[in-house]
Amino acid sequence: MSDITKQSLTELVESIKNKKLSSSEVTKAFIERSEKSKVLNAFITEDFTSALDKAKKFDQKPDLDLKLPGIPMAVKDLFCTKNIKTTAGSKILNNFVPTYESTVTENIWNEGAILLGKLNCDEFAMGSSNETSFFGNVQNPIDKNLVPGGSSGGSASAVAGQLTPITIGTDTGGSIRQPASFTGTVGLKPTYGSCSRYGIVAFASSLDQAGPMAQNVRDCALLQEVISSFDAKDSTSIDFKRNHYSKDLTNNIKGKKIGIPKEYRVDGMPKEIEDLWQKGIEYVRDCGAEIINISLPHTSYALPTYYIVAPAEASSNLARYDGVKYGYRANGENLIDMYEKTRSEGFGAEVQRRIMIGTYVLSSGYYDAYYLKAQKVRRLIKNDFDEAYKKVDAILTPSTPSSAFKIGEKTNDPVSMYLNDIFTVPVNLAGLPGISIPAGHDTKGYPLGLQIIGKAFDEQNILNIAFAMEEKINFKNKITDWWIK
Amino acid sequence: MSIDLKTIKHISKLSRISVDDQRAKKLVGDLNSIFDFIEKLNELKTENVKPLTSIAETTLKLRSDEVQSKNIREQIIKNSPQDNEDYFVVPKVIE
Repeated sequence: MSDITKQSLTELVESIKNKKLSSSEVTKAFIERSEKSKVLNAFITEDFTSALDKAKKFDQKPDLDLKLPGIPMAVKDLFCTKNIKTTAGSKILNNFVPTYESTVTENIWNEGAILLGKLNCDEFAMGSSNETSFFGNVQNPIDKNLVPGGSSGGSASAVAGQLTPITIGTDTGGSIRQPASFTGTVGLKPTYGSCSRYGIVAFASSLDQAGPMAQNVRDCALLQEVISSFDAKDSTSIDFKRNHYSKDLTNNIKGKKIGIPKEYRVDGMPKEIEDLWQKGIEYVRDCGAEIINISLPHTSYALPTYYIVAPAEASSNLARYDGVKYGYRANGENLIDMYEKTRSEGFGAEVQRRIMIGTYVLSSGYYDAYYLKAQKVRRLIKNDFDEAYKKVDAILTPSTPSSAFKIGEKTNDPVSMYLNDIFTVPVNLAGLPGISIPAGHDTKGYPLGLQIIGKAFDEQNILNIAFAMEEKINFKNKITDWWIK
Repeated sequence: MSIDLKTIKHISKLSRISVDDQRAKKLVGDLNSIFDFIEKLNELKTENVKPLTSIAETTLKLRSDEVQSKNIREQIIKNSPQDNEDYFVVPKVIE
């Protein structure tokens, strides 16, 4: 049984198509492992009984032409799933049961996949360590009491721990790529407008994107192919020609121009990350790509910009949680008192902090100084990338400035927590695709990732570069199953 | 620039999030350290820069105004914290 959960998505699809394995066998294997892995706290809601039923039904009449035939998978609890509780990691949505399905998950089920359950995440995706979840910390399968990163921490933990063959997360400032980097897995943040935001609990609407997380690049490409679609229900969904990312995947990146931005060499970055980056540069060079030094001069302004734009949008998006139509309600003496107590008791500390920052930067007298200023700097950051892409096809950087840290290590200092996203945030601000692939280990044996940033809509190119690098790197994740007795 | 206790109380009112004094004091510290970090943007001259409001610079598409979801009233009401089967119920607003 345990062998089944070790297989990649591509292998599992192959096995089901060749009738070597049934969907029921595969589903059962992942459920059994998940049952033994409660310590990881990766799941908020399990849907195992119904998953087994669906697998049985699939086996009775298998449609083997589908892209994810009878493949069980768990998804981040930020995607609305019809008739299945969707919490966004928050107390305020603890009893919320959507009446509709998100487009991204709908696309997944339409290709034959089966829902295993909903995965833990930072509350409303606001966090970089999964420690802001109302449902508790998630353990990183790499080591005990290590954060899996965030906000898609449950998703990263579940893929690395083999509780699900693949998953989807969302990425507003690094929430797919940073946890992928912390857990030795692959995570893709697609171009803004590539995957529909319909039915995803909103955090910062001009930045949010859903994306795949997997054990390898090919699996990631296949899932991206399934979830990326034009959707009239999302007003910012973009109608562009989408590739068959997995079929078109190639390790031939000869002649590609790869940019190395000098501004990503930040103060205090550990030498092992600098060395890893250098190794990455050698790998792409070995693959026949050309290395070009570039400059993204406004990089150091990305995080301050993000911490105005994202909270501003969040404060507007989260105004809907008022205890009236759905979610948690506290008793109050009058309507206003009810609102104020509901939001005070229903939201956790980090979410309250961000709503208050957002409210402040949008408030009368401060709008121009903060919000408008940030939107202007956001333009400068995007212009940096536009300039760079006149010279290069993609950009190679580290994914994070450090490896995974211990639970509790950074909870008291919000700014030091925010610095985790220093290399990933510029990509969201510019709406570009970025992928993190595992590239090595630090001295503690914790995984480290490299990020490849592409031009808008050029997912295929960064997947190809990632695929070529993956072969050279030959990364082996060190999972000891320490949590299974 | 610094954010004082009075400002925190004001933002808390605007945000419709009640905070007690202890929490408000903590927020003074947190928000000041975050705004210190944000102030870095003032190093940049941006008078002539056009603000970027949306990364997908497309005009919004129109669609016909048709009802897509039907007969979900009961399900919708079921998610409300307090209901009388027909309406959402809130504390009394008019005396």
